[in-house]
Amino acid sequence: MQHESPLRDPLILGDRSYHEITSDIARPIEGKANRYWYVVFTISVAAFIWGFSCLAYTIGTGIGQWGANKTVGWAWDITNFVWWIGIGHAGTLISAVLLLFRQKWRMAINRSAEAMTIFAVLCAAVFVTMHTGRPWVDYWLFPHANQFGSLWVNFNSPLMWDVFAVSTYFTISLVFWYLGLIPDFGAIRDRFKVAGKPMQEKIYRILSFGWSGRARDWSRFEEVSLVLAGLSTPLVFSVHSIVSMDFATSVVPGWHTTIFPPYFVAGAVFSGFAMVSTLLLIMRKVLSLEHYITIQHMEMMSIIVTLTGSMVGVAYLSELFISWYSGVEYEGYAFMNRATGPYWWSYWGMMTCNVISPQLFWFKKIRTSLMAMFVLSIVVNIGMWFERFVIIVTSLHRDYLPSSWTMYHPTWVEIGIFIGTIGMFFTFFLLFSRTFPVIALSELKTILKSSGEVPKRKRAEEAQAAENTHH
Amino acid sequence: MAGTKTIHGIYDDEECLVEGAKQLRSSHFKVKDVFSPFPIHGIDDVIGLPRTRIAITAFIYGVTGTSLAILMTWYMMVNDWPTDIGGKPSFWYYMNWPAFIPVTFELTVFCAGHGMAITFLLRSWLLPGVMPKNPDPRTTDDKFLMLLEVKPEDETKIVSMLRQSGATEINVI
Repeated sequence: MQHESPLRDPLILGDRSYHEITSDIARPIEGKANRYWYVVFTISVAAFIWGFSCLAYTIGTGIGQWGANKTVGWAWDITNFVWWIGIGHAGTLISAVLLLFRQKWRMAINRSAEAMTIFAVLCAAVFVTMHTGRPWVDYWLFPHANQFGSLWVNFNSPLMWDVFAVSTYFTISLVFWYLGLIPDFGAIRDRFKVAGKPMQEKIYRILSFGWSGRARDWSRFEEVSLVLAGLSTPLVFSVHSIVSMDFATSVVPGWHTTIFPPYFVAGAVFSGFAMVSTLLLIMRKVLSLEHYITIQHMEMMSIIVTLTGSMVGVAYLSELFISWYSGVEYEGYAFMNRATGPYWWSYWGMMTCNVISPQLFWFKKIRTSLMAMFVLSIVVNIGMWFERFVIIVTSLHRDYLPSSWTMYHPTWVEIGIFIGTIGMFFTFFLLFSRTFPVIALSELKTILKSSGEVPKRKRAEEAQAAENTHH
Repeated sequence: MAGTKTIHGIYDDEECLVEGAKQLRSSHFKVKDVFSPFPIHGIDDVIGLPRTRIAITAFIYGVTGTSLAILMTWYMMVNDWPTDIGGKPSFWYYMNWPAFIPVTFELTVFCAGHGMAITFLLRSWLLPGVMPKNPDPRTTDDKFLMLLEVKPEDETKIVSMLRQSGATEINVI
């Protein structure tokens, strides 16, 4: 058993046994959904269907249905692509980076954060495949033998790097998530076996790949998790760095900056943790998982939100400073236009939501208040959406030639697609929360003795008793 | 196996099981397998399992991915159809390689991660439709099971050793 300092707060509250951990996490799968779940699910599915109708309409009539124009060629679609991809980053950060740093509080939240990653990347994929205009020939993005005159993809282009980065990221995240799920599916399967429900047992047996928990399987499992974490860590940093290079390698004022990669990664983690907070604050309540996803877990996430939010704030200010210090008039104008031009509201919305609001978490009262955390996490997500809108639309809409200056307004079709991806995200997440073990229960059991409230208290009492007899 | 008996020693606590396994090993009895709901640290050494080499396979798959990526970018951009893209030199691989680093990195990770995961699944024979091998369904919940295959004459000794180390349930099959 690992030693844990008695000064640390317990990660599992209440008097819990191994069996109770399994029961608590299996409850949503075995039980029936309540009315609220059905209400939220219906709304999500409706949004999902509406969004995909807008998507079908776009495919049927063409991309002219969008508000994008000759000057603002990247608009709503890329804003949302970057927003969703960024949200996904927290899942990998929690499961990979925090695993390498041996952060045990990760164990209660990694499963749902990784699920969020998968669903967010799927939403991002909707935008990026549609962005090409002809999604039915999107296989051209991948190098393949063809009869177009031996025409290969261009590996010099960051857009091509993006194809490889996002597809690697999606598939590796999926594998990491699913491998972690295998032992837990096994636990659910055996519960159905004990309860005598052959149909459910069969479903979870297939999902569990026949997991039996042998010592050698566990030792391989742990090694694989560790190596996958080691591989995912540089991967997650590379993905958003490459997304930022889509912008940074072009000669557009406001985009052509070397701080883009770290700035984008920090922003991605920032928005991702905010989204994890939003989801978990609801989930822990609805599924009664407050003993496992404690206030302390939420507080840790708020601290990361403040840290990454401050990094983003510093990046905004250095961008601003460099645009003046460089003496490049186009750069200077781009930033002046962001702050005072026709899209001033998006710039100030971004500044308020991303730079000022996370600083409120310096107050212990605020970062341990569930309501405040919930509101601020949504504020951060809105802010990060504005950030992408600011970077993309305000940098493009006033070109080098004033004759091509335009404005960009989203059409109802574009807004519909965005609502649709939110619907899709929540539909998937709600289904996940009722059919998958939402907490990595086998991992959680490993820290019960070292971080459980009761074992910790017992150890403290024993230490105290030993101290007393000593004196 | 003919002439052997299978014993299941079931424990409520993983530390008792490790203790029991240590005692059995020091009396030169072989623990065939251990089934547990979560990884028990140090159990591999106690029951004499060799260290897994799965991380080495990841390295080999990774190197394969790197080589494939270099071969692919070289073939497509330099050998088969060199193109002047923004004046970037493309006559030799080394002239252009910085631009190929991201794709090379991604393919390395792709091959290492997936190759290792597939190796793990095949090596542990975890595939959809495979029947689980844990003898007791409670071993994925809160019980720790030690599986022994012993000679009939050792049975009583082993059962008493298991009981002494804290096994709550012992089944002889």
